[in-house]
Amino acid sequence: MESFKHFIDTISNPTILFTSTLIIFFFIFPINDWFDKWNRRLKLYVLWSSKSMVIASILMAAFFVIGISDPDFRSIVLKPDNVPISGLIFLVYFFTWLSMHQAYENDAKLERGEPIDEQYDAPNDKVLVWPDLVYVEFIALILCSAFLMIWSIGLPAPIEEPANPAESPNPAKAPWYFLGLQEMLVYFDPWMAGVVLPTLIIVGLIAIPYMDNEPAGSGYYSFKNRKMSIALFMFGWLVLWDMLIIVGTFLRGPNWNFFGPFEYWDIHKLEALTNINFSEYIYIKWMNTGLPKSIIFREIWGIIVVLGYFLILPPLLAKTMCKKLFARLGSFKYSFFIMLILIAITLPIKMYLRWMFNLKYIIAIPEYFFNF
Amino acid sequence: MAEIISKKSATKEPGRRPPAALDKADTGDQISRRSFFSWLSIGWFAFIAATGGFFTMMLRFFFPNVLFEPVQTFRAGFPDDYTIGEVDLRWKNKYGVWIVRNNEGIYVLSTTCTHLGCTPNWLNSEQKFKCPCHGSGFFKTGINFEGPAPRPLERFKITLADNGQIIVDKTIKFQQEKGQWNDPEAFLNV
Repeated sequence: MESFKHFIDTISNPTILFTSTLIIFFFIFPINDWFDKWNRRLKLYVLWSSKSMVIASILMAAFFVIGISDPDFRSIVLKPDNVPISGLIFLVYFFTWLSMHQAYENDAKLERGEPIDEQYDAPNDKVLVWPDLVYVEFIALILCSAFLMIWSIGLPAPIEEPANPAESPNPAKAPWYFLGLQEMLVYFDPWMAGVVLPTLIIVGLIAIPYMDNEPAGSGYYSFKNRKMSIALFMFGWLVLWDMLIIVGTFLRGPNWNFFGPFEYWDIHKLEALTNINFSEYIYIKWMNTGLPKSIIFREIWGIIVVLGYFLILPPLLAKTMCKKLFARLGSFKYSFFIMLILIAITLPIKMYLRWMFNLKYIIAIPEYFFNF
Repeated sequence: MAEIISKKSATKEPGRRPPAALDKADTGDQISRRSFFSWLSIGWFAFIAATGGFFTMMLRFFFPNVLFEPVQTFRAGFPDDYTIGEVDLRWKNKYGVWIVRNNEGIYVLSTTCTHLGCTPNWLNSEQKFKCPCHGSGFFKTGINFEGPAPRPLERFKITLADNGQIIVDKTIKFQQEKGQWNDPEAFLNV
């Protein structure tokens, strides 16, 4: 038991957790034909069968039930604030399974030439809004209200001492739905993680129907025809959003240090986190000279790296990996799309740079509030 | 005009009678086109005036007659009240400053984290300020060394009064990244 807890704590280390997730993710949601080939070879699509869902749910529930015997795990998981996140893990898993299950079923049916589930069969499929739909909605509304009432009575919101600007709670956690943003703030300047990136998330979501107007596989659950779209969206949703919420809820402890789920929240846990900027790497560590006085000379390397990333990668990818995508989208849509993707990928890049090299900012101009 | 429309609608829907308003359009007991527009303009001007007046009054609320703010300049006792090598927490709650004394003198640090404005905690055993919100860490000097904080904690103006008491003025701040910590008012030599 102890060794199991120790194992879980070890793989909860962000570098291990994130790297394994990244590798496994694209085999489960194959983003291109190569991954799809391996997905088939390893038979990973059985994850979307009904049997797998039952087994996975039981395993997840067992993990929570057994884990609760541990006092540290219990204090995190049963905190009223965190109960929704435990529920979120199950709900997100279930609905991801449900849609992928239906998608694979439909793909198989289309291959066999059978009609898919969503095929509209008039007039047999006709249902009246009143009373059929409204009744169901009404019952769902009552059940939800009853559930929320019982929940709020059973697990009351914690009422703490009056707010004091001089005393921030330790750890100070955002509401659960913002924990992903709070995690982003650890790696970015507040201006980037608090304003620019959230805006771009919304812009990107709005842009989806304009970027992806491919008629194949549209209007019903399917995976085969839109592997890249679904895999990319699921990557953003499951890894860059949900996983960061889960990390922020269960793995962030006092002083915003990382803790394993079975680890005691020691306020004096010492982590060597001396972060330095890219300019300090170049001038102090590699060239052994002091930082130049002029901001431009100091930050020129970081600016070159960032500009190179955003200006050289898109045409390079269009010529190599994303050839088909470029041909399909055209240069304008392609540029917009690839920019959004590249900006989204800066988050995992900066996370890794921080964890592995203690790199804080690639461009750091605190004099003018610009840090990237 | 009216006839044509009524004829048209009559041919389309035989049972429907011509609209009454079109018949009466020229009789005079209806509002004319010219007076309609003048009433419309009056209405709009009244609306804009009312909204403008409302927002002017709203704006007035941004400048209250009395401000219940803690004073920005305060006396912080004598230099001997502060132990060498220690971070003094006594003014943290009231004025939001830490007063630190080292071998050479005294300086005043702001308790606002330069990342997103939480209040860091002074961890005596680790000899650092650590922010509970995103993990920024600062040395005793205020220099940022871990976490996302892009710049050091700010320092406030510190001077001595005639009777030898320390006066802290929070309206004047000194930022290290701008080279202001070398200012004589940012540091009190004792």
